[in-house]
Amino acid sequence: MQEELKAIQQEALAKIQEVGNLKELQAIKVSYLGKKGSLTQVLRGMGKLSPEERPIVGEIANQVREAITNAIDEKNTTLENAALEEKLQAEAIDVTLPGRPAKVGGPHLLTKVIEEIEDLFIGMGFEVREGPEVETDYFNFEALNLPKNHPARDMQDSFYITNELLLRTHTSPVQARTMKEYKGEKGFKMICPGRVYRRDTDDATHSHQFTQIEGLYVDKDVKMSDLKGVLNLFAKKMFGEERNIRLRPSFFPFTEPSVEMDISCKVCNGEGCSVCKGTGWIEILGAGMVHPNVLEMGGYDPKVYSGFAFGMGPERIAMLKYGVNDIRQFYLNDSRFLKQFHQA
Amino acid sequence: MLVSLNWLKEYVDTDNISPEELAEKVTRSGIEVDNVEYVAENSSNVVVGYVESCEKHPNADKLNLCQVNVGDEILQIICGAPNVRQGQKVAVAKPGAVLPGNFKIKRAKLRGIESNGMICSLQELGFDEKHISKEYAEGIFVFPEDAPIGESVEPLLNSTDAILEFDLTPNRADCLSMLGVAYEVGALLDKPVNLPSEEVLVGEEKASDYISIKVEDEKLNPYYGAFVIKDVEIKPSPLWMKNYLLAAGIRPINNVVDITNYVLLEYGQPLHAFDYDRLDSKEIVVRTAKQDEKIVTLDDVERTLNPENLVITNGQEPIALAGVMGGANTEVTSYTKNILLEAAYFDSISVRKAVKATGLRSESSTRFEKGIDPNRVKRAGLRACHLLEKYAGGKVLEGVVEFDELDRSEKVVEINTTSINNRLGTDINTEEIAKILERLQFNFERNEDHFTVYAPTRRGDITIFEDMLEEVARIYGYDNLPFTLPTGTATAGGLTKRQLLRRSVKNYLESVGLSETRTYSLTSEGYIQKLVSNEVKGLNPEPISLAMPMSEEHKYLRLSVLPELLKTVSYNLARNQYSLGLYEIGTIFVTSEKVLTKQPDEQLRLSGVLTGKWLEHLWQMENKKVDFYLVKGIVEGLFEHLELPLTIIQAQLPDMHPGRTASLLLDGKEIGFMGQLHPGLEKEMDLKETYVFDINMEAVLEAHHHEPSYTQIPRYPSVTRDIAFVMDNDVHAGDVQAVITEVGAPLVKQVSVFDLYQGDNLPEGKKSVAYNLLYQDPEKTLVDEEVEKLYQEIIQAVNEKFNAYVRS
Repeated sequence: MQEELKAIQQEALAKIQEVGNLKELQAIKVSYLGKKGSLTQVLRGMGKLSPEERPIVGEIANQVREAITNAIDEKNTTLENAALEEKLQAEAIDVTLPGRPAKVGGPHLLTKVIEEIEDLFIGMGFEVREGPEVETDYFNFEALNLPKNHPARDMQDSFYITNELLLRTHTSPVQARTMKEYKGEKGFKMICPGRVYRRDTDDATHSHQFTQIEGLYVDKDVKMSDLKGVLNLFAKKMFGEERNIRLRPSFFPFTEPSVEMDISCKVCNGEGCSVCKGTGWIEILGAGMVHPNVLEMGGYDPKVYSGFAFGMGPERIAMLKYGVNDIRQFYLNDSRFLKQFHQA
Repeated sequence: MLVSLNWLKEYVDTDNISPEELAEKVTRSGIEVDNVEYVAENSSNVVVGYVESCEKHPNADKLNLCQVNVGDEILQIICGAPNVRQGQKVAVAKPGAVLPGNFKIKRAKLRGIESNGMICSLQELGFDEKHISKEYAEGIFVFPEDAPIGESVEPLLNSTDAILEFDLTPNRADCLSMLGVAYEVGALLDKPVNLPSEEVLVGEEKASDYISIKVEDEKLNPYYGAFVIKDVEIKPSPLWMKNYLLAAGIRPINNVVDITNYVLLEYGQPLHAFDYDRLDSKEIVVRTAKQDEKIVTLDDVERTLNPENLVITNGQEPIALAGVMGGANTEVTSYTKNILLEAAYFDSISVRKAVKATGLRSESSTRFEKGIDPNRVKRAGLRACHLLEKYAGGKVLEGVVEFDELDRSEKVVEINTTSINNRLGTDINTEEIAKILERLQFNFERNEDHFTVYAPTRRGDITIFEDMLEEVARIYGYDNLPFTLPTGTATAGGLTKRQLLRRSVKNYLESVGLSETRTYSLTSEGYIQKLVSNEVKGLNPEPISLAMPMSEEHKYLRLSVLPELLKTVSYNLARNQYSLGLYEIGTIFVTSEKVLTKQPDEQLRLSGVLTGKWLEHLWQMENKKVDFYLVKGIVEGLFEHLELPLTIIQAQLPDMHPGRTASLLLDGKEIGFMGQLHPGLEKEMDLKETYVFDINMEAVLEAHHHEPSYTQIPRYPSVTRDIAFVMDNDVHAGDVQAVITEVGAPLVKQVSVFDLYQGDNLPEGKKSVAYNLLYQDPEKTLVDEEVEKLYQEIIQAVNEKFNAYVRS
């Protein structure tokens, strides 16, 4: 019987060794270890053995069963791995084929520029304000030290609706509105982005509708050097640390002194080129110390309070920063234009 | 203002600075110099020559053979100019001369005869057309008789002059005069200003015997001065004066007119010369015009006046529109002998009104509008008399006949070193400030660190402390200001809740694939009423139009963002961009007033438009066209993002597809619409199948109050059940869903449609809609009986309400 068991083991192990697929392996398992399997059959004959032989043969039988079981398990793992490998091979795809596109939109370039500027000034403690686009003559002009018949009104021909109402020509009315709201009682910092309108014929550099960002800081003891410091920070954050600024005297009725701010030309680094028309500088914005009349009309005592204000054009900034050469692009919304600025 | 540098040198020394450097300095100190231009390009060896003789060339009809005396020799020159004559003084390029364009003059033979040089036109000398007076536009230039033979032509022709173009801001009207510019440049260069001569010989006759002045409104005309100059000889002005006028952009006419223009430019004071003999009276009366009174102005246009216009009259009829233009009836002509010269101060607002009414804007009116120097009015008259005496042979009668109520006082401004430094953030010392005031040539009294400044009347822009602050700062130099940061009240800064929410809405829309656009707020008559939402229509909006639109295209303030957005779509389609998903958050302007008396309500709308293919994945053959449900999904997603309950119901709206349009409701209130455009409108606007949505952002921003808080994630398993109902085709799936949700609450947490079937196996006019129900009890595990009981209740309710039955 012992020989018989050894023979079964030998035979089974040989078969297991040769078997090539899981199905056959299962059949082998059944043919040896199953209810009718040859090992099982042999073991059934154990009853006929003497009590002395039984434990010895029993142990051998268990060894044989274990050896066969192990061999089958081992083979099973090998075959399963092979089958999986084969399956995975068959599943291989061409990763270079195009993916299914995810639909991605994005902000308008002007919004991108405006939000960047908003965030920059928010970081310096400015709140963001808004105001109506149809303004009263009072807030658009008079409260900004531009009385009726003031020569500076010629500078910005306006879209009037009635004698007293017009499409605002700048975001500056929000200065007056904000001061009114704070009742002359405390210092504040605000910026105001928004749409503005002027009687200009649309061409590469003019648009009857465009955007502006107004800034206003009113407090006790505001100095012109503060204006220079804040604008310098803005310019470096917006256009790069290596940019310098300069102030040039200018004129706005609502500020005195008034200045225009230039940044050093990025293209030529201040050497002078066609972009900066040989000057090395590019005009970016207008600013100044708030005119005492404006403070007073806003309810602030110009003997106690002073302030600075600035106004800039996001279109101009976008044109300079991104090389857009026609202001109409911002309002034509050519989808090929819009998509160019969707990237982060 | 065009500033000739050679002219400027008459008043202030600019020898040590190049035109470009000066331009930069002026720009940095307050007046932008837009351009530096030279009168002519460089040439060399061109001198004044005298044409001793001029004969026809024997071998050529159109050529002349000239003998020209150039001082040290007589040159034989062949000249083709039609206007060359014997006895002229002309510009001669001698052999060896180099003309602009590196054109070298050599001895040559023309048709067999030797020519030793060239008689030049101004064009050949490199003059731009605008610097050439009409008479020499074609042909050679002819010098006046007194031109010295053999001298270089450059100084005579002012050809090396540089012209600086000053772009003046409205406050710097003082620089509308050469003297004003001289003071500015003098301050920048720290140089004195030399004033021109105003001397006249004292005549025997008195002007007051010839004229009297009456001014009816001293506010509109506080000063009127009349000078009488007899026996003038009308002739061309001296060459230097013509050159300066041309440099300043003014065409020379004759000596009298040129002198008034010259002084206008020199002093910034408009003057007017009347032909005294054509005055027909011995009086000047300045008054407002009568209604519909007429005057024919110098440009031979008859103008109808009104009482807002100030006129100069001869006591009877207008002879000039004050400060704007003279009348044709008293114009100086070549026959004029005696002149009445007006030097007056007219109120700027009155002149501006006249300019607006007549559309006549002149060098004179511009200066009156911006304000002239009261201390220069009379002096300008004297200066002109001086020149008329010198260059027109006139005899100036004694005295100026005047009406004078003019305020010539200087504004007093107090400043001190501390207040200047406090406001600028600088550390300028008192001495420096005193020096700056001296450079500006402002009178002042100094008391330790305090200054009482008397602002000169030429600088009408200086009236308060801040004006002086600017003067000190700009001369001190803005480059010398330090960089500091605000040190006052601490402010938090940031966006308001509304602004944050708007950014969040934008981020959502962009993340689902829409591109933001910015369109115009002004639209045309044809589109103002298009696609206006029901809730806006409910406000009875009256279209708001501009008083003076620039075009029909941009005439009305929009009542809907969609029309302009759709124009954007047409624009893109025309450029082969067929698949678009665009949105805009923009303002509409709503009023119910027919005539606007107050600001309209400005409502923020969120509008979107989608067309073409949404998804296109070519190699897998996947193609998803934009359709109603795609747009609906985006809209629903937005409200889910905002956690606002949105209801979408079938609707019909003008310009929208009658079967594919829905109203959007928030808490039962209409807040917008969505759907497909009416094919009629699509066709009209050259669009393909196009879907839109339009939402009242104000309502959304107002309704939003969601502050998310944590809800326990359910620990017990959920159960799902499917039901398919067979219902009539016209039953709305959404209505059935609403009933299921209602009856199923609170255990049924979610109901969704997962199948729609119409066709075989169903009776005619019926459809099958399959719903998936999710049951969930947060407290315990659901038992079958509960689920089944509710299931049956739902079936029964749907059956009763919609006559729908369960599809087996």
